Amino acid sequence: MMLELDTCCKSFRVGAFGSRDLLAVRDVSFAVNRGEVVSLIGESGSGKSTIGKMILRLLRISRGAITFDGADISSLQGRKLKEYYADVQGVFQDPFSSYNPIFKAGRVFTMLRSEYFSGLSSSEWHARLEKSLGAVSLDPGEVLGKYPHQLSGGQLQRMLIARALLLDIRLLVADEIISMLDASTRIDVLNLLGDLKARGLGILFITHDLSLGNYISDETIILRRGEIVERGSTVKVFGNPVHPYTKMLLASVPQLHGRWSDSAHELEALVAAAGDGSGGAENGSAPDVSHELVQVEEDHFAADGARR
Amino acid sequence: MAVSKQRVGMAPAGAPLAAEAPTPLAPAGAPPAVGRKGRSEFVYFAFRNWKFVFGLCVVLGFLALAIFGPMFTAHKPLDFAGPTDARPSHAYWFGTTSYGQDVYSQFVYGLRSAFLVGAVGGGIAWLLGAGIGFTAGYRSGWLDDVLSMLTNVVLVIPTLAILIIVAAYLHVHSYATEAILVGLTSWPWAARAVRAQTFSLKTRDFVDIARLSGRKTRQIIVTEIAPNMSSYLLMMFILLFGGAILIGASLDFLGLGPATSVSLGLMMNNAYAASALLLGSWWWFLPPGIGIIGIVGAFYVMNVGLDEIFNPKLREL
Amino acid sequence: MSLRVDDLTVYYQSLRGDVKAVDGATFEIADGEIMGLAGESGCGKSTLGKSLIRFDTRMRYVRGSVELDGKELPVWDDARMNPFRFQEVSLIPQYALSALNPTRRIGKMAVELLKSRGVEIDTVMPEFKRRLKLVGLPQDILERFPIELSGGMKQRVVMVLSSVLDPSLLVADEVTSALDVSTQRAVAELLVEFRDRGFVKSMIVITHDLSVLYQVADSILVMYAGKLAEKATADTIVRDSRHPYTRLLLSSLPEVGVRFAERRLKGIPGRPPSLLAPPTGCRFKARCPFATEKCDEQPPFCVLEPGHEAACWNVEAA
Repeated sequence: MMLELDTCCKSFRVGAFGSRDLLAVRDVSFAVNRGEVVSLIGESGSGKSTIGKMILRLLRISRGAITFDGADISSLQGRKLKEYYADVQGVFQDPFSSYNPIFKAGRVFTMLRSEYFSGLSSSEWHARLEKSLGAVSLDPGEVLGKYPHQLSGGQLQRMLIARALLLDIRLLVADEIISMLDASTRIDVLNLLGDLKARGLGILFITHDLSLGNYISDETIILRRGEIVERGSTVKVFGNPVHPYTKMLLASVPQLHGRWSDSAHELEALVAAAGDGSGGAENGSAPDVSHELVQVEEDHFAADGARR
Repeated sequence: MAVSKQRVGMAPAGAPLAAEAPTPLAPAGAPPAVGRKGRSEFVYFAFRNWKFVFGLCVVLGFLALAIFGPMFTAHKPLDFAGPTDARPSHAYWFGTTSYGQDVYSQFVYGLRSAFLVGAVGGGIAWLLGAGIGFTAGYRSGWLDDVLSMLTNVVLVIPTLAILIIVAAYLHVHSYATEAILVGLTSWPWAARAVRAQTFSLKTRDFVDIARLSGRKTRQIIVTEIAPNMSSYLLMMFILLFGGAILIGASLDFLGLGPATSVSLGLMMNNAYAASALLLGSWWWFLPPGIGIIGIVGAFYVMNVGLDEIFNPKLREL
Repeated sequence: MSLRVDDLTVYYQSLRGDVKAVDGATFEIADGEIMGLAGESGCGKSTLGKSLIRFDTRMRYVRGSVELDGKELPVWDDARMNPFRFQEVSLIPQYALSALNPTRRIGKMAVELLKSRGVEIDTVMPEFKRRLKLVGLPQDILERFPIELSGGMKQRVVMVLSSVLDPSLLVADEVTSALDVSTQRAVAELLVEFRDRGFVKSMIVITHDLSVLYQVADSILVMYAGKLAEKATADTIVRDSRHPYTRLLLSSLPEVGVRFAERRLKGIPGRPPSLLAPPTGCRFKARCPFATEKCDEQPPFCVLEPGHEAACWNVEAA
């Protein structure tokens, strides 16, 4: 187990004077191993990005524990935290927001150089930089001196992946990294993740798009209102979904080899079974009753959810 | 949830389509206005904006007068120079006061103290406002609560009243002390503005990327957030500078400034006390009045100009 | 024939020159047809949709004509278009969700909007309320504030509002893209229902998501870099497209069931050309694996078989 989450919770203060606690993530447990892609799939308000941010230590965990190589990450400070970031990095949804618009795009690298590679000579650094840009098929001359808005979203996201690779990281948290890219280029970024996985990188792939999660991941976790409703090997979760919510999501995905209208009545039944119509992303807070995950088959668990 | 973020700054409301505009246009909406083509573009637009140029010229003119003016007079501002109540003449360019002091000399020395109060008072207020604003905006939680409360308290206290009480008790002896007092009380609006800006900037992903790069909080504020607000910070300084001059002059006029020195406000106070207005000694109170209005007004005009320079939507093309 | 667009050309004005966003668009939409308009960001699809209703200040009409139900639409003339807007052609703009004023009650906002269009409130209101109920919105929806509504609910309100006068043509611009998977399906299916119930005669659904279009549209028009690439029935586009761009685009879409470990999909190398100075000839040629010298000449948008048109010299090769 490289990264392990153990009954993680996150609550936010909301309302006037923080009078109310909103439980955004509830008792989430899973693990990401070396050379494994785990996708965290959920609709808006499912808490998927919150989980990513907690792993990256951008948000504090409220209860539970996150461990990396067995060490609890919540107490990391200063030098220790910096060492953690040498192993774990993130790439976010909006490439244009990830770059400070008033500086050249190459700054994401020079920032790392001053923090982590101040001992390297200029030529060593450039060799290293070229290598990691090469790994994401970018030409340094073409991208480093440009301003973010002069580059495409795909190029920017690749640069951020290259930035993470520069550190020889072992875990990448990829939060919706291709949802803002165009169809013709997004698949290349997705394939890149697949290649990195083959080289031993562990990847947490956060997405709302079931087909992307299915394409790239080994393990799948379906989140709903901050709770895991189903998880297991991707083939099993997609091939034999058990929880009504998972089924409903799958039935809602637009496909090119079948029309919704062919399965209209099924969906209604699923929506009814899944609880409340819209999939429940909308009011954000986790339900009061927590659901146990029960084993369906080997490496496939589902929440005991039909109860509600 | 997918799309809107980076496109927000893009176009005036009601033009959502602009976001979908063909590729070469799309990035133009990001806020690249400052750093990049920044400097050259800033200079280009700055010197084509008459408000900015006019304001700058007036301020620089007064500044030059403050620096070099004293070279052209043999009289110390408070010394008895000759005739009393003399009209402006070749010998006494701005005339003399009822006490026989040279108005020109008082005026140029008064300008010096005005710039001193403006620079020191405005500078202190700027530092406090920016420091408190950045800290409160970046560090949410109890620190933000405390700082915001402090800001609001100082904001609602009638500043002038406090200054009058404090100045009366402390017996201000120098303009530096006065400037510090002014600086310590005029920062709240700046702090609130900076806090709000910081609050929205810190949610941008590049701040998270900097954190993931091992940057410390202070570095992130100074190198990531502040550069995105540089235009804002500059305008803030200009407004605080002008404001400090005005408050300083008000204090002096009320007789609460250093009594043994000379300032524009004190000149007006003396002129008023000596009934210059009734006696028709316009040369006594007009120069300090024009000085105060001129400098402060020029700062405000400059600020409007800067606003147009930094905000492309207001640019007169 | 409900809508006929002929050689419509609309440029975007920018500081660096004209952006040739829509170049020579020619197509027709039949009564009762839902046409999907697909393409990547910046291909001009939104500009095309918008030019049928209202030019924004940076759009410039160059040439071409638009005919709706046999009447010429004076799209270039903002004032003369007014009587048509909302009554004959209506638009659900992109980001309509975030455009709702959060401090106004839904009902008040709707009334103000209808009034500003010169609509008799009393005659329309009963039908408006009936339709709100029909799309599954609660009774008290008019009393609520936008902030109290979910994305799907807001989208429904906007859809009902923009079609309440039974326009002949409704242009829906990315109405499903900001929604969650489950809400997306419900809203997309509502579009079809609106057509089936005759609330609108025909519809243009603009989105970058081909698989959504396949679900709701009768025909799909694919645009690339300001030009029309291919138009055919939804089934033909998905199963038997002829334009290399359409084919490559479709083959780059991961679908549930396709896995990296088993079948590695490929993207299209390169980027779309800048529309400030687009290349002569076919605009896709730089990225096209089948490009020949012939492609330096603009291929016509030619009919391959009834209802299937494509702009490519090598339709056979692809």
